[in-house]
Amino acid sequence: MYLSTVSRPATDAPAGGRPRRRLAGVGGTVLALGTVSLITDVSAEMVTAVLPLYLVLGLNLSPLAFGVLDGVYTGATAVLRVVGGFVADRFRRRKLVAGAGYALSAVAKLGLLLAGRSVPAIGAVIAVDRLGKGIRTAPRDALITLATPPDALGRAFGVHRAMDGVGAFLGPLVAFAVLLAVGPDYDAVFVASFCVAALAVVVLVLFVRERPAPVGAAGGADERRVTVREAAGLLRDRPARRLVLAAALLGLATIGDGFVYLLLQRREDVGLRWFPLLAVGTSLAYLLLAGPLGALADRIGRLPVVVGGYGALFGTYLLLAGPVHGWPLLVLTLALYGLFYAATDGVLIALAGPVLPARVRTTGIALVQTGQALAYLLSSVLFGLAWQVWGPRAAVAVAALAVAVALLVSVFLLAPLTRRSSR
Amino acid sequence: MTSTRAKLVTLAASVVVLGTLAAGYAVVSARSAPAPASAADRAVTLRPGPRLLAVTDRHVSTAALADPTGPRAVADRECLRVYAAAGTGVCLAPSSAWSYQVVVLDAELRPTRRLDVPGLPNRARVSASGRMVSWTTFVGGDSYTSSGFSTRTGFLDTRTGAAVTTLEDFAIRRDGRPYRSPDVNVWGVTFAGDDNTFYATLSTAGKRWLVRGDAAARTVTTVRENVECPSLSPDGTRIAFKEAVDADPAKGWRLSVLDLRTMRVTATAERASVDDQAAWLDGTTLAYTLRQDDGRPDVWSVPADGSGAPRMLLPGAESPSPLT
Repeated sequence: MYLSTVSRPATDAPAGGRPRRRLAGVGGTVLALGTVSLITDVSAEMVTAVLPLYLVLGLNLSPLAFGVLDGVYTGATAVLRVVGGFVADRFRRRKLVAGAGYALSAVAKLGLLLAGRSVPAIGAVIAVDRLGKGIRTAPRDALITLATPPDALGRAFGVHRAMDGVGAFLGPLVAFAVLLAVGPDYDAVFVASFCVAALAVVVLVLFVRERPAPVGAAGGADERRVTVREAAGLLRDRPARRLVLAAALLGLATIGDGFVYLLLQRREDVGLRWFPLLAVGTSLAYLLLAGPLGALADRIGRLPVVVGGYGALFGTYLLLAGPVHGWPLLVLTLALYGLFYAATDGVLIALAGPVLPARVRTTGIALVQTGQALAYLLSSVLFGLAWQVWGPRAAVAVAALAVAVALLVSVFLLAPLTRRSSR
Repeated sequence: MTSTRAKLVTLAASVVVLGTLAAGYAVVSARSAPAPASAADRAVTLRPGPRLLAVTDRHVSTAALADPTGPRAVADRECLRVYAAAGTGVCLAPSSAWSYQVVVLDAELRPTRRLDVPGLPNRARVSASGRMVSWTTFVGGDSYTSSGFSTRTGFLDTRTGAAVTTLEDFAIRRDGRPYRSPDVNVWGVTFAGDDNTFYATLSTAGKRWLVRGDAAARTVTTVRENVECPSLSPDGTRIAFKEAVDADPAKGWRLSVLDLRTMRVTATAERASVDDQAAWLDGTTLAYTLRQDDGRPDVWSVPADGSGAPRMLLPGAESPSPLT
């Protein structure tokens, strides 16, 4: 159990030799944050799993009216994510901001009970939940980078993302267990989901420690508060600019899960009721590979692993456009797609962390993640258009080409940064 | 360390308190849930007659058209949507706590065919001859943070046994040109007298269209914009449908009738927002489900020609179907 180890500093390096590492080779703070993410994802995915049942059968609503506001929410949370990152940096309270994000999402679960059949109220509750997710991600990742020596960041993010994935995997199972136990009572699932989310906040408050910024980050001037000007200066900082640009570019070449599964289902005529299992297959590959690939990134460098990850994405799209059929296509596509996530999601932040100045690191990570989120939004619109004009197979071939181009440009953008910072 | 101990004690206490809260809520709300409806008090059949078929408390029921609020026959068979014509019924029924199937019924409510379908029950229809059975389900988004709901619509030819599991694979002509898009959704099928021509709703790029389909040729062609959940009149000349107010479904729907010869639309006297595929009780009257604020359904009827006023037909019921 991690509990016995978390109360002591994780990154203490005993005199001589390699820094001492905890269970799985990562620090207590990382394991505590991983546990918080695991529990939170159980809670979030419980709701995800039953929300369609609740809206359609519990409330008898027509859920097609919900998709409309999607883009608006994404845009709003993207901006607030950066604001949250800045507040966390300015007051050096990353744990507090992350905690506020987790708490907001927990309260949103109860909001579903109060919203009743009102579509605008349900929309608002979902927006609050997303807002919570938006503002907690960057401070949480910044806490991981600040609690881990730079040479172990890949492994730390790998372990964190694997724990996150386990939670996402368990959530639907827990939700269906509740439904089996109490019958079609969705309120009971929401209350249980709230309790699980609240437990995650308790674990965060008790076991996640926020240390002062590492010595040597900015010397004596470190006592100054981060100003808006300093945070905005990130965009004039060449390494940070390159990071955000590369993240956005790579995001632009990513067509989104929905499209990947839709293409796979159409190619293979997967029985429609097995459709949800496609996502399960991907997340299984993701949670199994995230840890090992993170460790690999520490040994051979983060950029090669990220490049390998986008190589896997390139392979995924080629498979969807290519001549392979049947089970080989299905298994290979899902394995490669899971590999893509495992090799890029945490590793990209592990690559970004040390490049960003510690004083404004949360803002920097938020900028990278916001750039990605906005790029995803744009890429899904563009892919929809490509599908209309060229048809699905040609569109995904073009997407593969876009991945290759984005990857080349990104390597050109990122190579100078990693040469300077790691190893 | 004592601080570690204190933290572990706090954590354990939190687990106990939160666990008790979750379990306690489940127990209390399960106890206060209404008892299931008493089933099977009278025989229900789908044989043609002056009766109205509907779903009462998730069970198949019939009531006399002459006295709809009178005694109601409720069967054991559980359905979320039901429809019947010429002695053939379709029932969208649960197959587990979270999955559903299309069940084709004979006149005595015996299942003759079962098809597993993805998602959650939405619409169900049988063509006037009893031959073509169609359905629509809602399929949820992949994740909580991407609220991508879509529909799946299919039909079954009960004579040949051939089933189409999703109409999204049909070739689309929009405004005379071939059209394709990943965001195409189809819902609410109604078959014409030849059991090959059908009408349905097609949505893409934020707009909703009435489409005319050809089951054998596997094509659909757009006919008119802003027509949802079409229901063909018994003589095949008019389509009852829900028309989004100001072409914006967020503002609700007006139950209306489209004359296929003149393409003129007449709004019915029903002012409340109708989110249903209406059923023709005869050549002049529509029946449909309206929900109260708490979600409880009632079946209402209104003249199809825009005259008169809506009246409640069957309280506490939904998914109406005349037994013709």
